[in-house]
Amino acid sequence: MSEENGTVDEVVVEERALPENTILRSLFEEFEDIIWELSHGQDVASVPRERWAEFGESAKAAGFEVCVDVTAVDWMRQRPDRFEIVANLLSMQHRLRLRMITTAPREEPSVASLVPIWPGANFAEREVYDMFGVTFEGHPDLTRILMPDDWEGHPLRKDFGVGSVPVQFKESNRVS
Amino acid sequence: MSDDTKTRDTLDVWVAGTEEPQFTPTDEGAQEMALHETESRLDEELGRVVDDDYLFEDVIDEDERMILNMGPQHPSTHGVLRLQIELEGEIIRRTKPIIGYLHTGMEKTAEQLNFSQGGTNVTRMDYLAPFHNELAYSLAVEKLLGMEVPPRAMAIRILLTELNRCSSHLVALATNGMDIGAISMMIYGFREREQILAFFEKTTGLRMNHNFIRPGGVAADLPPGWKDDVADIIEQLPKRLKQYDDLLENNPIWLSRTRHVGVISAQEATAYGITGPALRAAGVDWDLRKAFPYSGIEQYEFEVPLGENGDVYDRYRVRVDEIMQSLHIAEQVMDSMPKGDYRVDDRKITPPPRARIDESMEALIHHFKLFTEGFKVPPGETYVAVESPRGELGCYLVSDGQASPYRMHTRAPSFANLQALPIAMADSLMADTVATIASMDPVMGDVDR
Repeated sequence: MSEENGTVDEVVVEERALPENTILRSLFEEFEDIIWELSHGQDVASVPRERWAEFGESAKAAGFEVCVDVTAVDWMRQRPDRFEIVANLLSMQHRLRLRMITTAPREEPSVASLVPIWPGANFAEREVYDMFGVTFEGHPDLTRILMPDDWEGHPLRKDFGVGSVPVQFKESNRVS
Repeated sequence: MSDDTKTRDTLDVWVAGTEEPQFTPTDEGAQEMALHETESRLDEELGRVVDDDYLFEDVIDEDERMILNMGPQHPSTHGVLRLQIELEGEIIRRTKPIIGYLHTGMEKTAEQLNFSQGGTNVTRMDYLAPFHNELAYSLAVEKLLGMEVPPRAMAIRILLTELNRCSSHLVALATNGMDIGAISMMIYGFREREQILAFFEKTTGLRMNHNFIRPGGVAADLPPGWKDDVADIIEQLPKRLKQYDDLLENNPIWLSRTRHVGVISAQEATAYGITGPALRAAGVDWDLRKAFPYSGIEQYEFEVPLGENGDVYDRYRVRVDEIMQSLHIAEQVMDSMPKGDYRVDDRKITPPPRARIDESMEALIHHFKLFTEGFKVPPGETYVAVESPRGELGCYLVSDGQASPYRMHTRAPSFANLQALPIAMADSLMADTVATIASMDPVMGDVDR
């Protein structure tokens, strides 16, 4: 260590990237551990999973009154955390968009529900549960929405094959 | 014995025919009030006091609640929407929309198709507004490619999407009218829509599911004589809309069945993520064409029509006014149509012209590679939204550098708007159900995808 030499290393504090917009800036300054980045000119917040709902509440307080959409991406083995949950927020008063992204692990993926903050996230989260099997803690009615109730598996996962449903054609054994 | 028997008077024992006839002195001609009648009851019967008999004050027993299943095969659910309605007498207490009957896994299909084939997939989602689906998808792909399309392509896109908004709203007006009982509206709306679809067919070759707006521009240039067709639409449609107003604006049945029915307030609309005419009918000035302009729509002049009460009538009114504004935009596009190419001059994205294939080996190779492998899109993710006739239509696109999307998600406006149906229908009459559904204008292909 540097103490032996009698000198103290300068601790290099890397400047944290923050958005220029004042509303977004004050929102990001509240949270130390949330990373802001620009993706094709759109503001994206990478949120740790534990602070998902907390960040959502602050975002709503900052003026993002609409949760436009909640969706997910299945990264299979390409990333350490398999699922990525994406929520698109919209602020009508400030004419701003913000995308918040968090990750969920392979085994029993689960994040906090945004329905207590934005009731409009209800159907979207049900769709994510239906399609990816990601559960949302605190969701009032987390049931399948598009697939039949007795469906097995979650279709939009990458390990869910396409065209493997047996059909009653003559030579159906050739397909499968 | 008790005291009663002691004090009983002999006169109390009634003997038939012994009583004195009793008459109350009345005004001449006036009728005596029946014994069980009271003044307040008389007021009710004569209509001086109107009591809304459907407003229950008391708590209703669980046994008196009835669950009614509506759909998925019901003509006024606009497809395969199913509703479970909990009724108390004639009043709806709770509603649960059950969807998924038209789910065809289009988001999964999109992962199998390459970027240039994706248009054929997304155009089938919201089948009443196919151009908007194609536009949202194409804009997302172009954003990932970091590409700008030529001005003529942008103008053609605006022209087609705005005319598409007219045709979609005409279907909404037509079905809204028919559901309430104005059968003529059904005929009128579809008659006018036919004129627009004929123009689409002339331009793209198909009446619906065009796959005309593609990543990199549009599939072909506008056909010869397109200006006459558009001018004809712009001239005819306002006259026809005037006929709708003559039919409906002073029609007491129409007004009483639409005013203060299916109300969604501005707060509810924002909380539930409702967009489009249903949001603007609640008085919220929000239009993506103004807020986040796309495809060069900011250079055209138009207004955003707003409602006040957020009821069925206001949604109808907003749609009629939006048709007028869309025609206004179409007129400006027609007058200022830029010259030039209708797609980007990038052979890695758009196929070469047919004539070049015969004379150039490179053109042949490009053509072959584009239609077998497709073009690759750099890794990244983006969200692009356009204002479809039903609200914010978004496309969330993730690419991992391959020729097909890693993930394509469509933020369907009908899907989000359907969440508000239980809110709009709560504590309203059963008879208003179809009016409310029709005014939300859900397209089940868009809901289930």
